[in-house]
Amino acid sequence: MSTMTATTTQVYSIFIKATPEAIWDAITQPQFTEQYFYGVRVEIADGRRISHGPDGSLWGNEEVVEEDPPRKLVHEWLSQWDPEMAAEPASRVTWEIQPGDDGVSQLTVVHDKLDASPKTAAGVAGGWMRVLSGLKTLLETGSPLA
Amino acid sequence: MTDDDYVFKALADPTRRLLLDRLFERDGRTLTELESQLEMTRFGVMKHLRVLEDAGLVVTRKSGREKLHFLNPVPIRLIHDRWIDKYTEHRVSALAELKTQLEEKTA
Repeated sequence: MSTMTATTTQVYSIFIKATPEAIWDAITQPQFTEQYFYGVRVEIADGRRISHGPDGSLWGNEEVVEEDPPRKLVHEWLSQWDPEMAAEPASRVTWEIQPGDDGVSQLTVVHDKLDASPKTAAGVAGGWMRVLSGLKTLLETGSPLA
Repeated sequence: MTDDDYVFKALADPTRRLLLDRLFERDGRTLTELESQLEMTRFGVMKHLRVLEDAGLVVTRKSGREKLHFLNPVPIRLIHDRWIDKYTEHRVSALAELKTQLEEKTA
């Protein structure tokens, strides 16, 4: 989406043929996230969401606000890879996993508290689609997106 | 029906495309807001929103006592990856081949 349409609450949802537990692992463990999250290794530990970039440097250390495996994860968000975005106030990301019929779960990502962070709002919009599309491919086929 | 079927079916209606355009302009709207822009009964708008929700193109969230509707662009992205990228890539490579052939002739 373009800058014009970026809003202060963004909602992304995807159906994935996987159990809530498998999705939970895929969003909280580095060996999975590095395969679909721009090569970033994300780890949830001790109430923090720690991420390391592909070069091994620290990309983020954000507060985990709520952790309810395998259903809900809420954490702060700072786009550390871009100085202008990183200077904006922290926003919030909520992951919700809903089990459904036939082993298909619905994963919804809500990125909000973006009112004072317009650059971040514009910057992450396309990224979430790519991340979720890659996560679905990884879980359903066992291989990352080409 | 597959996921794609629901998305194509939902998109095959001008009112539903209009609703998506309204949400694209400004996200997170209530039924009342969406209804006020259409010459249609509340029930009619609800039915269309339901089809969009079933296809995953619209996601609703509670905010206090209100139910807000959000455009979810992910299914359209998946359709794009599956149905558009593939064919445009083919077309581009066919054109590239034509260019090579024509240029070889004139060489």
